[in-house]
Amino acid sequence: MYYLDLLIEYLKNYMKTRLTYRADFWVEVISDLLFQATNFIFILVIFMHTDSLGGWNQNEVVFVYGFFMVPFGVFSCFVNMWGFSERYIVKGEMDRILTRPAHNLFQIFLENVDPPSLVGSFIGLIVMAISGSNLGLPFEWWTLPMLIILTLSAVAIYTGIYTTLTSLSFYSDAPTGILPLMYNIQTYGRYPVTIYNRAIQVLLTWIIPFAFVGIYPAALFLHRDEMRGMALLTPIVGVVFLSIGLMAWSFGVKRYKGAGS
Amino acid sequence: MSKQLATAASSSGSGTPGGSRENGRRLLLGAYFDFIRIRFLTMLAYRVNYYSGILIYTLNIGVNYFTWKAIYGDGESLGGFTGAQMTTYVAVSWMARAFYFNNLDREISTDIRDGSIAIQFIRPYNYVLVKMMQGLGEGLFRFMMLMIPGMLIAILLFPVQLPTEASAWAGFLVMLFFSFLISSQINIITGLSAFFVENNEGMMRMKRVVVDLFSGLIVPITLFPDWLSSVLKVLPFQAITYLPGSVFTGRVQGVGIWNVLGIQVIWFLILLVPIVWLNHAARQRLFVQGG
Repeated sequence: MYYLDLLIEYLKNYMKTRLTYRADFWVEVISDLLFQATNFIFILVIFMHTDSLGGWNQNEVVFVYGFFMVPFGVFSCFVNMWGFSERYIVKGEMDRILTRPAHNLFQIFLENVDPPSLVGSFIGLIVMAISGSNLGLPFEWWTLPMLIILTLSAVAIYTGIYTTLTSLSFYSDAPTGILPLMYNIQTYGRYPVTIYNRAIQVLLTWIIPFAFVGIYPAALFLHRDEMRGMALLTPIVGVVFLSIGLMAWSFGVKRYKGAGS
Repeated sequence: MSKQLATAASSSGSGTPGGSRENGRRLLLGAYFDFIRIRFLTMLAYRVNYYSGILIYTLNIGVNYFTWKAIYGDGESLGGFTGAQMTTYVAVSWMARAFYFNNLDREISTDIRDGSIAIQFIRPYNYVLVKMMQGLGEGLFRFMMLMIPGMLIAILLFPVQLPTEASAWAGFLVMLFFSFLISSQINIITGLSAFFVENNEGMMRMKRVVVDLFSGLIVPITLFPDWLSSVLKVLPFQAITYLPGSVFTGRVQGVGIWNVLGIQVIWFLILLVPIVWLNHAARQRLFVQGG
């Protein structure tokens, strides 16, 4: 309850600052949408030259893409650790975080809430609805509950992976260039993993499990039975990776000594 | 660590103090050269971070390679690309990106937002030129530590066909340098825009996406629908990835290499105009937030 109040306060604060820089808000929404649009263009271009991508047709790939946008939007809104090393470690802001009553990781999430990202989630839902009706997908009793569970699991996976990577900045003071490159790699979880060779499949499934934020859970709604087992595994993967992330984080915080100044 | 390097380098860079104009110019040139060197050494100090970069770039190539393989299916060619050419194109495009990519836009907008640009402006050098030199130092590092080893791994793992003609190699290397120049120019323009919009985070993100997509990194220009590819042919982005990639894959040969190189040179010259203008306008507009 205390954390919920905090969240609401920070959101209010966010709106206030954003009203001062109104143009920024729209620039950010538009740039997010453009980012999504360019990925969408890639899919459209692919299907101008082929009918199927590893046995998946255009509507199915677009549906997976729509699903992918939903958890990604939620994750970007509430868990935003972009530039953590520069902002918190190098500038010593982490010291301030540690004196706050809220849990330090949660405090960092709070300070970086980014509501414009949620626009992407809504568009994802619309994309799913359109491509779903093109495919004639039935709306079952479990569709909505599963959508919520799988979205939350996917958010947990993202949070786990990015928290783990971010906590590396407790060990090395150098600006790491890994995070932006990860953003590139996560988009590969949107395409049928079966088109990749064994090594990349294993990598995207078990090591950096981005297939669990896109293709596997989406396959459940598409009634792709070959991936149903993997889809149902999503919550477990979410719990495992979130735990790894939190452990890496608290281990890192213990090692944190401050940057001086 | 980087501070030590910086002081060490600057002490060696300042030669004999001279009063004449000639001497001053030589000193300034030496200073610019030192900016390249310092950035190179700083990057070298953090080289461990970039080993993961090699892996990730190789993974990018792998994923794109298999995606295109699935798209080709049994087909012979797409948009004038044979399967083998596409593999080569994907590998060389990603590895070229490993070289020309830099964060000059972010560095410049940080300087503007925290106000340190005011100090930079009163120093006796050209701020934009210094950024370019730092970018060059970073590029040099990325070329040697990221692009070359990455390319070797890609050649081992994927059926990449290297060009056999010397003209293709020479043309590609020259064009690669222009890719770097044009990409850095676009970064500088994006960074300097922070003078006018205060928060240019959105613009920086947009630029990144637009460059990756419209330069032909993700999809070669000829595969886009006709209307879009004809639009992209009059934009500067294709000069970053698509044109050098075309030379490396042998789709452009002989005299054609001079033509595509000409396009790059023209874009390099055109993009100088907004940079000079922005740099000038920024000095009039400069007000430091907070500070």
